[in-house]
Amino acid sequence: MSVHTLAVRCRNIVKVYETGGQKVTALDGIDLDIATGELMMLVGPSGCGKTTLISVIAGILDQDEGSCEVFGKDLAAMSDQKKLAFRASHIGFVFQAFNLLPSLTATENVSVPLLINGVKRVEAERRANSILEEVGLGDRTTSLPAQLSGGQQQRVAIARALIHDPGLIVCDEPTSALDHETGHTIMQLLKSTVLQANRALVIVTHDSRIFDFADRTAKMDDGRILKIM
Amino acid sequence: MYHIALKMLTGDRGKYLGIIMGLTFASLIMTQQPAIFLGLMTRTYSFITDVSLPDIWVMDSKVQFVDDIKPLQDTELYRVRGVSGVEWATPMYKGLLRARLANGTFQSCFVVGLDDATLIGGPPIMLEGNIEDLRRSDGVIVDIDGVRDKLTRPSREPGGKSVPIKVGDSLEVNDHRAVVVGIAKISRTFQAQPIIYTTYSRAKSYAPRERKLLSFILVKAKSGQDFSMLTRRIRESTGLAAYTRQEFMDLTYDYFMKNTGIPINFGISVLLGFMVGAAIAGQTFYNFTLDNLRQFGVLKAMGTSNRTLLKMILLQAILVGSIGYGLGVGSTALFGYFMHDTILAFKFTWQLLIFSGVGIGLICIFAAVISILKVIRLEPAVVFKS
Repeated sequence: MSVHTLAVRCRNIVKVYETGGQKVTALDGIDLDIATGELMMLVGPSGCGKTTLISVIAGILDQDEGSCEVFGKDLAAMSDQKKLAFRASHIGFVFQAFNLLPSLTATENVSVPLLINGVKRVEAERRANSILEEVGLGDRTTSLPAQLSGGQQQRVAIARALIHDPGLIVCDEPTSALDHETGHTIMQLLKSTVLQANRALVIVTHDSRIFDFADRTAKMDDGRILKIM
Repeated sequence: MYHIALKMLTGDRGKYLGIIMGLTFASLIMTQQPAIFLGLMTRTYSFITDVSLPDIWVMDSKVQFVDDIKPLQDTELYRVRGVSGVEWATPMYKGLLRARLANGTFQSCFVVGLDDATLIGGPPIMLEGNIEDLRRSDGVIVDIDGVRDKLTRPSREPGGKSVPIKVGDSLEVNDHRAVVVGIAKISRTFQAQPIIYTTYSRAKSYAPRERKLLSFILVKAKSGQDFSMLTRRIRESTGLAAYTRQEFMDLTYDYFMKNTGIPINFGISVLLGFMVGAAIAGQTFYNFTLDNLRQFGVLKAMGTSNRTLLKMILLQAILVGSIGYGLGVGSTALFGYFMHDTILAFKFTWQLLIFSGVGIGLICIFAAVISILKVIRLEPAVVFKS
């Protein structure tokens, strides 16, 4: 761990939602450090605050109290514009429902983060094809999401999360929509290809079948981290 | 990112065609109904348009529109000729008379009497015969639409189609023999009665005996004359009304606008069309954005700025708006083309193109603005909800 730098540093994160006049504390004083080269899993029952926590870590939700630094930058202190730019260049996303754009081919879907970062379309698609090759979908570059299996769609989503070489990748239930074997393959891909010395991986999951892939696991309940294993 | 916006738009063919259809319909109804309205209103003054040579029309001061004939005494012609700045002045008779057809039925026709010497004010296009043929005994020229529609002879075979009268046929106008010496193409008029051209003196003989039979005095101004000054001089020295061609057309147009239900009826139709078109197109476009909200959320989470998303939505709106507008306007133009030779009134002007363009633009902007607000307010964390 000593050779690795700190990717995420959360201190006393509090997030309260107000729904129907009632206050619900989603995060209640979270402290968490995640280093580069580390695969951190956030586990716990539904409603325990896992998704809220990765939303805060990924800079798409602001906490009410505390600080969350990603690569030394306090996202809550950034302007919206800077936060967008930071997210576009430093963070990759893998979603439970894949969230691929249905009318775009695999290549086009994967090239989206590069386009957001201002890379020319031709170059973006060239790099997208190359990374699709890496995740084993070199022969499906022109397929639409609807023409791909669940596992293939998740590979496209992983390629999309990787293409702009972000330092932090957040994955929300990446295997829960997949069968056991495909989920296992996806986790192997994440561990072998995605996880690197200069990159941290945070995975939110309920799926106990993949717990073994984690370097560390933070068990959450009622908006708190109960223990880190 | 713009090609992504276009692919998002065209990816679902059904919805894409739905939006296009909505906008096409809106554009069609926004142009077709007003074009019919304009065509109809143009007909109210088409008789004036067809008489192109005179600069000024002189008539009784109480005349409200072109078919509102209040006859003058023939002596008024000489008074007008005496006004300074008048190059020439000719008489014109216009009156609704009964023509008796070969099968014994009667048909009301507008009889137009032209100056015997010059035949000024005649039909603009002669299809058969010549305007000078009016000088032949009992000669009349009839308009082609009247010939086809109302001035027909019964078929010789029982139940057969009636036959349009032709050059050489005769008919009776107010109990006077008239021989068709020519057939002319004229602009259709609002009243839709056949028009029979003849000489002024013959028209007077057809008309019921009255002391006053002069309907209009057609005036040509001397070269370099200011028309408004000349009309003022004619008014002051004769007490008659004098209008330039455009003023007389405007007078007629305004009369029909103010005194008939045509504008309000068409106005309601156009307004309803606009509202229905706007509702369909706006709703479909808004639904399209709602359906794609999650996709916009994904783009937002990955770092796409609101500004880029706005541009993407605007591009989508401009594209569907342009296609819908083009198809709608094109359909209206085709409609006009196929109705060209029918009784339907239709006039498609560049102002209508602008009007419908602005209308479609407003619909698209409205739909895009509502959609944009939804996307701006969108919380990107929505992407983590399964």
